[in-house]
Amino acid sequence: MRTEMDQYPRQYMYMRAVRAKLFIDANFASAIDLNKIADEACFSKFHFVRLFKEIYGRTPHQYLTDVRIKKAKVYLDDGQAVAFACFKVGFDSVSSFTGLFKRRTGLTPRQYQLERERFRASVATEPLNHIPSCFAEKAGWNKNRNFREVETIDRRS
Amino acid sequence: MITKMNHASIFVLDQDSAFDFYVNKLGFTVNTDADMGPGKRWLTVNPPNQPDLELTLMPIGTGMMFNEESAATMRELVKNGTFGFGNFECDDVRATYEELKSKGVEFSKPPTEEFWGWNALFKDDSGNWFSLGQKKQD
Repeated sequence: MRTEMDQYPRQYMYMRAVRAKLFIDANFASAIDLNKIADEACFSKFHFVRLFKEIYGRTPHQYLTDVRIKKAKVYLDDGQAVAFACFKVGFDSVSSFTGLFKRRTGLTPRQYQLERERFRASVATEPLNHIPSCFAEKAGWNKNRNFREVETIDRRS
Repeated sequence: MITKMNHASIFVLDQDSAFDFYVNKLGFTVNTDADMGPGKRWLTVNPPNQPDLELTLMPIGTGMMFNEESAATMRELVKNGTFGFGNFECDDVRATYEELKSKGVEFSKPPTEEFWGWNALFKDDSGNWFSLGQKKQD
């Protein structure tokens, strides 16, 4: 028996699923109706979810959540408040966002933000802790060198 | 005993442009972006789902492993697509191909079925080429 999936060339089906994924990538912050995406992709919801999962290893809903968490991390990295990040990426409740964030990353949004702040401060003040020594030696970067002072000296010379 | 690889380098013509390619087109994550003094920047990215492998986007300039002559030669070689720097894996080559193509990534080989799975070849913004693979499901 021919199924809905067999009615179209495989490549066409791929294009539809990829377009749906790119739609989520571009519109994650809006209240996306995944049923509507399935309609626009000309699939029944069942076949759409099946094909999407086959391609991306996640349902469209799981993928949308992943994208929102990933984008929320960018706002948190940027020093924005947790509530700001939450609403900006399309979640409508800070508590459910925090719970979801923790389940996905193992940290609350604030813990994640503090950890990233510590990491960035460490990169800025002690970059050699983050660079394999073989490269640092080749470049002439060493522990006693203050890169800001070097910049001043280099500009003078 | 060696246990794993945690850094590998990709020689790039321009770090800003490479940042845009690897982060905004391929979807990699910035790991370390350190200002190392005038004109020097240590920039590494992680492939998605691989936070313990840092790919260093290494500019080809004098001062590290190149003198002026070898840097010029290296830039020419990279630009001409001499080097293949590795193989990236994905869940679905055909879908990834469609997506990356829509973002302007240049492919020199479209998805092709091989005995072991699927394969395609693409270039980064500098000219380095990579294989994109998908193993057959058991």
